[in-house]
Amino acid sequence: MNDASAAPGSFWAARGLASWLFTTDHKRIGLLYLWCVLGFFIVGVVLGLLIRLELIAPGPTIMGAQTYNAMFTLHGVIMIFLVVIPSIPASFGNIILPLHLGAEDVAFPRLNMFSWWLYALGAATALAALFTGDGPPDTGWTFYVPFSAVTSTNVSVAVAAVFILGFSSILTGLNFIVTIHRLRAPGLTWTRLSLFAWALYATAWIQLLATPILGITGLLIIAERVLDMGVFDPARGGDPILYQHLFWIYSHPAVYIMVLPAMGVISDIIPVFARKAIFGYKTIAFSSLAIAFAGSLVWAHHMFVSGMSDTAVMVFSLLTFVVAIPSAVKVFNWVSTLYKGSIHMEPPLVFALGFIFLFTMGGITGLVLGAAGTDMHTHDTYFVVGHFHYVIFGGTGMGLFAAMHYWLPKVHGRMYNKRVATWAALILIVGMNGLYFPMYVMGLAGMPRRYYDYLPQYTAMHEASTVGSWVVAAGLALMFANLWRGLRSGPRVGPNPWGAATLEWTLPSPPPAHNFPAEPVVDRGPYDFRGVRADD
Amino acid sequence: MTHDTTRENARHGPSYGTLTAIWCGLLVLTVVTVGVAGVDLGFWNVVVAMAVATAKAALVVLVFMHLKYENWVFKGFVLMTFAILAIFIGFTFFDTAYR
Ligand code: HEM
Ligand SMILES: [Cu+2]
Repeated sequence: MNDASAAPGSFWAARGLASWLFTTDHKRIGLLYLWCVLGFFIVGVVLGLLIRLELIAPGPTIMGAQTYNAMFTLHGVIMIFLVVIPSIPASFGNIILPLHLGAEDVAFPRLNMFSWWLYALGAATALAALFTGDGPPDTGWTFYVPFSAVTSTNVSVAVAAVFILGFSSILTGLNFIVTIHRLRAPGLTWTRLSLFAWALYATAWIQLLATPILGITGLLIIAERVLDMGVFDPARGGDPILYQHLFWIYSHPAVYIMVLPAMGVISDIIPVFARKAIFGYKTIAFSSLAIAFAGSLVWAHHMFVSGMSDTAVMVFSLLTFVVAIPSAVKVFNWVSTLYKGSIHMEPPLVFALGFIFLFTMGGITGLVLGAAGTDMHTHDTYFVVGHFHYVIFGGTGMGLFAAMHYWLPKVHGRMYNKRVATWAALILIVGMNGLYFPMYVMGLAGMPRRYYDYLPQYTAMHEASTVGSWVVAAGLALMFANLWRGLRSGPRVGPNPWGAATLEWTLPSPPPAHNFPAEPVVDRGPYDFRGVRADD
Repeated sequence: MTHDTTRENARHGPSYGTLTAIWCGLLVLTVVTVGVAGVDLGFWNVVVAMAVATAKAALVVLVFMHLKYENWVFKGFVLMTFAILAIFIGFTFFDTAYR
C-alpha cells in the first residue's frame, strides 16, 4: 500500500487487505478512519461546491428545488456525522494517543476495530438512504419535527445510520477514557500528559455521555414515522420543542467533540514551532474539561426563537457567554506561547495560525448568536451558516490539516514539499474568508439559510461566496496533491523532523508495529525542549 | 498499581446468599410498583414509581454489576454520569415549567 513498509519491522510491514480490515493495531485503525474521513470529506466538498454553484445567480441554475434540499441535507449529514465527528479523535487520536502515553495500543484493541466496523456499517446505511425508499432525505442535518415526521423521503434509514455512527463514536470515547486512565507509562503523571491527550480525554467524556441522547432522539423519530406515536405532536399531547431540546442536548456538546481535539492539536504544535514551553499548561488542560462540562449546559441557544419559555432563553443565553471564557483562555494561551518565541514558520504552524484566526472569527460571531437579542435577528440566516463554517472548517478542518502536516511524516516516514504546503495553507485561509465572510454580510442583511432562491439584492454577496468556494477547492487540491506526492516519494525523515519532545518522536518514522521496544519511563514534561533537537 | 487491587475486589463479588436476597428484594419492589399503580395518589403516583425504580436500579448497579466492590474512581464516574443526566432532564423540564 505504501513503500514506507520498506522500513523493516514498521507497522506497514504486514500486507494484504485482511491485514488492514481485521487489524487491531491502533495506528492502522487510525489510518482506516483517516482515509474514510478524507474520502467522505471530498464527497461533502463536491456537494458543497454544487450548492454554491446553484446559488451563483437568483432563480434555478443547475438543479431543481427538491434536489437542492436533498443536497444540503446530504452535505450536512456527511460532513457532520461521517467527517467532522470522527475526524481528529478517530484518526489521529487513535494513531497518536497510545504513542503519547508510551503504550503498546489502546486499552481495548478489538473494541477499537469493532468501532471502525460500526463506522463502515453506518456509512453504508447512510449511502443506502440515498438509493432506497422515496428519495434522499430533505430535512437538513437537524431532522427537525414536524417535517421529519411527515416528509415522504427516506428519513428513517438516514436516522438509523446516525444511530449506528453514534455507537461507533461512543466506543471510541470509552476506549480513550480507559486508555488514558490505565495505560500511561511509568512517570507519565497527569500533568505530564500532552495537551492533545487532555483534549481527547475531555472529548471522550462528551462522546460517552451525550451521544446516547442522539441515539434515543433518532429512535423517537423513527417511532413517530413508523408507529405514529405522537411524542412530538401537540394535537396528541406531544411537544415539538421537546425534539429540539433532545437534538441539541447532543448536538451542542457535539460541536465540542468537533473542536476540542483540534484545539489539542494546536496546543501541541504551537510550542514545538515556537521552541518554548506552552504558556499556562494547566489552564489549557483544565479549560478543556471546563468546556466539556459548561458546553453541556448551553444547548438551548439554538432554540431562542422556538417558542420555549423566556426564562429559559435568558438562562441559556447567560450560560452561553460562560462557555466563551475557557475558549478564549486557550486562544490567549496560544498567543502568549508565541510571544517572544523562536518562531519556525513550518507548514504545521501555518495551518495552526490559520486555525487561531479562523476559529476566533467564528467564536466571536458565536457570541452575537448567543446573545438572545441579536439572535432574534440573525437566527436561521446566512450569519449562522457563516458562523459554523468558520468554527468547523476554519477550526476543526484546519486543525485536521495541521495534524496531517505535523504527524503524517511520522506515520509514512517521508516529508512533503514544505513550500507548496505553505502556499496551500495560505490559499485555504484566503479562500475560506472569501467563501464565508460574505455569508456574515448577507445574513445580517436578512438572507435566510437553506433557501433555494433569493432576492436580487443578495446577488453580489452570493457571487463572491461562490468564487471563494473555488479558491478553497484549489487550495484543497494543491494540499492533497502535495501530501500524496510527498508521502509516497518525498525525502525520508528521521525520528524527529520537527524537534518535538513528546514520546512518538523518540520512535523511528514510521513507528514499529508494537511501538516502544521497551516501556519508556517518563521524567519530563511534553513541552520541555531542553536537549531535544530536530534531526537534520 | 491500582490495576491489580481492582481485579482482586471484583473477584470477591457477593455470595449466592446476598444475590438471592437482592433478587427477592427486586421482586418485592416490583410488587410495590404494581400495587401502588392501582391506588390514586395523584401527583405522588409518579414520585413513588420513580423512587421505587431508582431503588431497584441502584441495587442492580451496586450489587449485580459490582459497583459496590469497585474503587472510588468508578463510583465517582457513575455518580457523575447520573448527575449530568439529572441536569439534562432538569434543564429541559425547567423550560416547560416556565412556558
Ligand atoms: C464561543 C463559542 C461558541 C458560541 C458562543 C456559539 C454560539 C452559537 C449559537 C448561539 C448558535 C445558534 C444560532 C442560531 O441558530 O440562531 C450556533 C450555531 C451553530 N454553532 Fe456555534 N457557538 C460557538 C462555537 C461553536 C463551535 C466551536 C462549533 C463547532 C466546531 C459550532 C458549531 C455550530 C453549528 C454547527 C451551528 C449551527 C447548527 C444548525 O442550526 O445547523 N459553534 N452557535
Ligand atoms: Cu450550540
